[in-house]
Amino acid sequence: MANAKLWGLKKSPWVFHVAAASCNNCDIEILDILTPRWDVERFGIVLVGSPRHADALLVTGVLNRKSLPRVLRVFEQTPKPCLVIGVGTCTCHPHIFEPSYNVVGPYDKHIPVDVYIPGCPPKPEAIILGVVKALKRL
Amino acid sequence: MNIARMLFSFVVFPGFIFSAVVGLLITWIDRKVTARIHWRVGPPWFQPYADFLKLLLKETIIPEGSSKTLFLLGPLLGLVAMSIFAVMLFSMNFYPTSTFVGDLIVIIYLLALPPIGIIIGGSASKNPLASVGVSREMTQYFAYELPFLISMAVIILKAGGRIRFGDIILVQQAQGPFLYSLSGVIAAIVFLLSTQAKLSFIPFDIPEAEQEIMAGPYIEYSGVALAMYKLTRAMMFFLLPLFLISLLWGGFANWWAILKFLLIVVLIILIKNTNPRLRIDQALKFFWTGIGILAFIGLVLAFYGL
Repeated sequence: MANAKLWGLKKSPWVFHVAAASCNNCDIEILDILTPRWDVERFGIVLVGSPRHADALLVTGVLNRKSLPRVLRVFEQTPKPCLVIGVGTCTCHPHIFEPSYNVVGPYDKHIPVDVYIPGCPPKPEAIILGVVKALKRL
Repeated sequence: MNIARMLFSFVVFPGFIFSAVVGLLITWIDRKVTARIHWRVGPPWFQPYADFLKLLLKETIIPEGSSKTLFLLGPLLGLVAMSIFAVMLFSMNFYPTSTFVGDLIVIIYLLALPPIGIIIGGSASKNPLASVGVSREMTQYFAYELPFLISMAVIILKAGGRIRFGDIILVQQAQGPFLYSLSGVIAAIVFLLSTQAKLSFIPFDIPEAEQEIMAGPYIEYSGVALAMYKLTRAMMFFLLPLFLISLLWGGFANWWAILKFLLIVVLIILIKNTNPRLRIDQALKFFWTGIGILAFIGLVLAFYGL
């Protein structure tokens, strides 16, 4: 039973795209991996419109006071088990935005992140590699 | 003995399990052909089964403040209706004498149940986007049902006023399929476009328009309930082309029917992939004027025996 669950989750991770105040470059790269050139439907990855349908959340951008409650809410709305994948360098660390009054610190202070994909923005290949690594961790 | 056989036919073959398994395979054909049209590789053959298994084993969330019974009744209604529809379709094709008076009307009502399930579930889920989707689903149902019923009337007229499903198949086996006449072609076109709308495929995926209202009525569904909706859709995709074959193309109790079936399925997928989505008012206009008038012309032609 546990094996079947794991197999299903590994073979069809539906992703929901949470743009938590990023500069939109990572978002554009995420849309790139859905194009025919990279075709992630080969692995069963589909972009869904509702967090209720999602198995993995792709979060982008630096967490700030406005976006934190929204990200937390989306995370709570997602049925478990679900993965959280941080796309872009901003999710790893706030970097140049760190001294800002508005930044609330890195992601893993607030929600459990399974894998970080660095890059500003990461290449589509890097995003696919990151998702594969996250699935291997299961 | 008899009850055991009935249970078997409802649950295993050709009812729930058989049509679900084949329906999911048809969903894969849909995704693969779509991928090839996009010049992509597409998912492997077990993809719909993996999706279904994953959804079964995930958490099912019932939104706060929604009616739990109605929320879970919605997906069940369509699934049960499609299982009964599968049993009737197969038994009428393989044993046409097992027909009863008005079974075509029963089937028309059974086909109305999946949209009603979506309407009940979507309005119970207490989400503004779901209620927009539900209102669109209702409008679309009224839009495509009129030409669909007129095309049914064409078929009944061509069968000499016989309203029993089995009789319609027997008449076609004796006199040749209805499709090989002018009014038959018109009825088939109308039927095919209504099928497209019944399946909520582009250009008629208005209720769940992904880019406008996310997933429409399905937006709050997760886990088992969502899996049931997906399964209902897959079973409809398997059964509605078979329904078209048995009403207009001489029944499917022979091996040629597999080719006919694949032809219709690929035609539906091609329509889906080469058209933009209509607005809801455009869809209503399309079905009530354009296609409605075409269906009516078919009815008049059938009356004069063409």
